Amino acid sequence: MAGTAVRGRLTWQVATVETVRDETASVRTIGLAVPDWAGHTAGQHLDVRLTAEDGYSAERSYSIASAPGEPVAITVERLDDGEVSPYLTEELRSGDEIEIRGPIGGYFIWTGDDAATPLLLVAGGSGVVPFRSIIRHRHNLGSDVSVRLLYSARSLPDVIYRAELDDAGDGVAVIFTLTRQQPPGWTGHSGRVDQRLLAETAWPAHQDPLTFVCGPTPFVEAMASGLVELGYPAGRIKTERYGGAEAP
Amino acid sequence: MSPISRGFHGRRHETAADTARVPPGQYVTSDFPVLSAGPTPHTPLQDWTFSLRQAGTDLRTWTWPELLALPAEDVTVDIHCVTRWSKLDTSWRAVPIDTLLADVDHQGTYALAFCDGGYTTNVPLADLTAGQAWVAYSYDGQPLPPEHGGPARLLVPHLYFWKSAKWVRGLDLLAADEPGFWERYGYHNYGDPWREQRYAGD
Amino acid sequence: MTIRDDSALDGNAIGGLLLEVFGTEMTAAVAVCASCGASGPVAETVVFLRAPGTVVRCRSCGAVLMVVLRRGQQNCVDLQGLAALELR
Repeated sequence: MAGTAVRGRLTWQVATVETVRDETASVRTIGLAVPDWAGHTAGQHLDVRLTAEDGYSAERSYSIASAPGEPVAITVERLDDGEVSPYLTEELRSGDEIEIRGPIGGYFIWTGDDAATPLLLVAGGSGVVPFRSIIRHRHNLGSDVSVRLLYSARSLPDVIYRAELDDAGDGVAVIFTLTRQQPPGWTGHSGRVDQRLLAETAWPAHQDPLTFVCGPTPFVEAMASGLVELGYPAGRIKTERYGGAEAP
Repeated sequence: MSPISRGFHGRRHETAADTARVPPGQYVTSDFPVLSAGPTPHTPLQDWTFSLRQAGTDLRTWTWPELLALPAEDVTVDIHCVTRWSKLDTSWRAVPIDTLLADVDHQGTYALAFCDGGYTTNVPLADLTAGQAWVAYSYDGQPLPPEHGGPARLLVPHLYFWKSAKWVRGLDLLAADEPGFWERYGYHNYGDPWREQRYAGD
Repeated sequence: MTIRDDSALDGNAIGGLLLEVFGTEMTAAVAVCASCGASGPVAETVVFLRAPGTVVRCRSCGAVLMVVLRRGQQNCVDLQGLAALELR
């Protein structure tokens, strides 16, 4: 089977925070040193577990933002009523230890092995995180697979990895839509992704694209059914639903 | 041994609560966490009924307006979830199960609550009567929201809150006990928080 | 009857749990519903994490496929809702 998922440790291990980088006002990328890291595949995630002094613990999953071969990094969005994300995005600092489990995933992965067909990446808000790993991996491989990333965000300041995406290179087209607020002179798309925008940006179904959709549950459901309406076979659409956040 | 995450407290608010009100292994929260084993149902009120059933027959059925017309009580109770949070002084407007059972001729000693979405939970009738349980349709002065079990849920505060079935549509009155959803999957058949009866065998 | 619930996640969210329970990656495994016969990757099942246990439901018919309870350090897994679980 093409693209066997890399097996990680089956259970929790202690990772040390190396770097923290604020991507937006509410989003932070955390670079980790993981002693027994077996490597990962683009699209995979890891689980984080925090333990309070009285033994109370909370676990969450976060997509890996780094490409295979790069130092492990996750990108976390702070949810206002979150229990773990405010801690990770505001309190956590370099030198702190957290428990992680992973890498995890054998379905929502892109190895680059399946060369010919174009890639469609549809991101809602922080759903763009695993796509950074995919795009960077594609670049590191020297792959010439054609990629379109349709990225729905609330506003331009909410766009994660903006500079990187503007410079994504040949063969990667990034189409933004800003749903709540647009800067003066904005010539890009506005409002939520509707069937018209989807039809405009998606590859024609006959090109047999491989699609990944990631973001809040309602966003993923709407995008997946919209693509099926465009003639995309359900089996060529991979989905990953995030909890907590509203659709952008 | 998991390392302690420096500065992590979780969402809990350590209120200076009277510890006599908090069962073993619980912490007090000021949130009202939403837990569910399935999607939130949305039955239109004109289709909603509550029934008392026995051996496949409806002994008595109330429509929504009929339920609301029944004498109801304002109750303030502490609630305890098996996932370890407790919430003190929750206020509800609710119809006592005693009121629903009054004048209903039945031979049951156990009840199996059944709900929209297929959830069930079992409670001995002796724990649903004598002022211990209600069908609640209002929380904190507002109509019970769907995510918390609205339009109506069972309220049985002296047992773990999984027994206070959300989206309740009736009670099956049984001669013999029958485990409900969580009881089948390994939770305790009775569920007394004061004896910490979380799992089967506790 | 397809499940629609804005708060539900999918089988990707329990990838770590299943890795521990089965000792291998399971999100790409194919789950066959014992209730309606629908089959698809575990990653595409409907998952309810915020409950006294983890409940995994069939996306087609809503029936329970799998329930995982955590009891102390142990995971208790009920797979009665699955007709089959095919590893690839």
